[in-house]
Amino acid sequence: MNSEILGIIAMYGIVLLLAIPLGRYIGKIFNYENTWLDKVFNPLDRLFFKIGGINPDREMTWKQHLMALLVINLFWFLLSMFVLTNMEWLPLNPDKNPSMSGDLAFNTSVSFVTNTNLQHYSGETGLSYLGQLTLMLWQFISAGCGMAICAMVFNAMKERTATSLGNFYSYFVRSCTRILLPLSTIVAVILVVNGTPMTFEGKDSITTLEGKEQLVSRGPVAAFVAIKQLGTNGGGFYGPNSAHPMENPNYLTNMVETISLFIIPIAMVFAFGYLLKRRKLALTIYGVMTAGFLMLLMTSVTSEMRGNPLIDRMGIAQSMGSMEGKEVRFGAAASANWATYTTCTSNGSVNAMHDSFTPIGGMAALLGMMVNCFYGGVGVGFLNFYIFMILAVFISGLMVGRTPEFLGKKIEAKEMKIAMIIALLHPLLILAGTAIASHVYTGNPEEYASWLANPGYHGFSEMLYEFTSSSANNGSGFEGLGDNTPFWNIACGIVMLMARYLPIIGPVAIAGILAAKKYVPESSGTLKTDTATFGFMAFAVIFIVAALSFFPALTLGPIAEYFSLYK
Amino acid sequence: MKQNIMPAIRLTLFCAVFFSGIYTMAIWGVAQLTPNKGKGDVVEQDGKQHYINIAQGFTKPEYFWPRPSAVDYNAAGSGGSNKGPSNPQYLEMIQQRIDTFLLQNPAVNAEDIPSELVTASGSGLDPNISIQGAKVQVKRIAAARKIDELKLVKLIEENTEAPLLGALGTEKINVLKLNLALDKLK
Repeated sequence: MNSEILGIIAMYGIVLLLAIPLGRYIGKIFNYENTWLDKVFNPLDRLFFKIGGINPDREMTWKQHLMALLVINLFWFLLSMFVLTNMEWLPLNPDKNPSMSGDLAFNTSVSFVTNTNLQHYSGETGLSYLGQLTLMLWQFISAGCGMAICAMVFNAMKERTATSLGNFYSYFVRSCTRILLPLSTIVAVILVVNGTPMTFEGKDSITTLEGKEQLVSRGPVAAFVAIKQLGTNGGGFYGPNSAHPMENPNYLTNMVETISLFIIPIAMVFAFGYLLKRRKLALTIYGVMTAGFLMLLMTSVTSEMRGNPLIDRMGIAQSMGSMEGKEVRFGAAASANWATYTTCTSNGSVNAMHDSFTPIGGMAALLGMMVNCFYGGVGVGFLNFYIFMILAVFISGLMVGRTPEFLGKKIEAKEMKIAMIIALLHPLLILAGTAIASHVYTGNPEEYASWLANPGYHGFSEMLYEFTSSSANNGSGFEGLGDNTPFWNIACGIVMLMARYLPIIGPVAIAGILAAKKYVPESSGTLKTDTATFGFMAFAVIFIVAALSFFPALTLGPIAEYFSLYK
Repeated sequence: MKQNIMPAIRLTLFCAVFFSGIYTMAIWGVAQLTPNKGKGDVVEQDGKQHYINIAQGFTKPEYFWPRPSAVDYNAAGSGGSNKGPSNPQYLEMIQQRIDTFLLQNPAVNAEDIPSELVTASGSGLDPNISIQGAKVQVKRIAAARKIDELKLVKLIEENTEAPLLGALGTEKINVLKLNLALDKLK
């Protein structure tokens, strides 16, 4: 079989093999069961709590969880603003890079604190090493924050009737130290051994074989890239992210990075099954997510491997597929594979330039972010899926004339209203944002000429992609968009804020309200949620709410471009 | 809210010390054990250092050429072209690259040019080309260096990098390594 295809099959196989035990481990961490790593981590966690002045045993209600989350996130934002606007005189700046403007610092701070990692700057020239290390801190703790809140929701679903749902800080510290830290260390060491730089020295100047001067950026790259991948963050050290041959030097590192961006989101589903002792339900959820994911993956891979028909017409050989914006050491299949992984999980790192993808490849990437719960980001991806499950339970309950119950709790009007608002928020932010941007652009195309790198349908796709990526807290881009302008910095900043915190508040509120309700034991009248029928129902709800609301916009962008290539 | 402020500040500052400080230094410590102390993979030939993973912008006819770069091989400001597949300006640029290549390699037919030789890579620093991408340049280099074509074909074979474990990913050639070996060939 084709070695490129074999490569991507191997990657998924390894992810699955590793995610099952990791899911068990995560389940144990969130359930406070003993693990063999306790000897190291118990004292370490105690140190965190002691210095933080925290009592990890204080039980919190769902509202207290949210308050703790929002306050700590606000502090991260303020600290980030300070560092990014003052990098010029702060230490660790060997390349003498400048401080950020106010609107760019706002966008970047929001972007990293919300786990989005949309980048309107380029790493080599836009950040000092202190700036990079600050952003790396957000990559750790914003991911830990998402996992902590997901742990609270798991806990709420498990309880029969409860209002106290664990301690936010405790879940948070456990996620960071016991899950993200060991995995990042392993990945970073593999990268260092394979030639990814890890140094505090600045640019190097070399003379090429032909006698020209070439400057080479370096930096503490390996430590940064590991957590960038594992925390579904995605913001690269260098401008072109993991397409850069220092950030991702060979096919082996590409496999390691691809696997690490995918492993925790899948493991969270298995953690859910372990923690709630509902393996069949977890498998149903995994099945729905995987079906959706595979459809997008196959679409993207075939389209990229086929290449660009307009280049075929020029009479050259396109045996490697569409290669604009891609790297030879990965090839078209592994690039399309990464694109699907990264957009399905809200990671947003790239190993090829999505802007230069074929129209169908680009559309698959867009759809991954529009659905945003085929695995999804660490922690929050599961929360997005939870919303769709609530909707599916309610709709199918009505269809067969049974009271809608989920895990022994009645779902009533209040929960449904919250679920509907959250489900519709995502399309609203994306479509309204794109509509405003298109309106501004067409009102004065000359003034805003620097916005779009490509004319026509593709230019529209660039704007649609930027808002989709912001709202999905993804962070990848059609990077041709000239996005470091006050309009894009502020508009995307606002979208990222709303799209991060509302979809956390909504599911947490639903889970909290349901947890406090009386437990109704399952009976013959209960709608079974761990069956293939229910899985199909959940898939249909996702398809109707997420995919179809975006269909008109996709028609104007990638679909129209596709037909223009083959006319 | 008030009871969350102090824990938030203290916890965050300790996280900064731990993750940005201790974790980073630990990885840096591991890097000191690697051959070039974490400063990137380099090779030395004739007293000059080269970053083996970073493409150099070869233009002379006696060297193998790498893929086009949207940033002129600037390894301190890398990036791709971000041109879309239907962009007319972009397609015109590809056609020009094909024409230029045919002009500089008169013995080559268009259908033998692999597309990666006329499309820009994602980073602008792609160190690799396909085997066909190297073979198609053999006649030009043989003429410029006045050496036997077969020697060059053999050199390409020796420098071909197989897929990972012989089965995963692409087969490729590192242009810089190939050119370094070419300079050693006398």
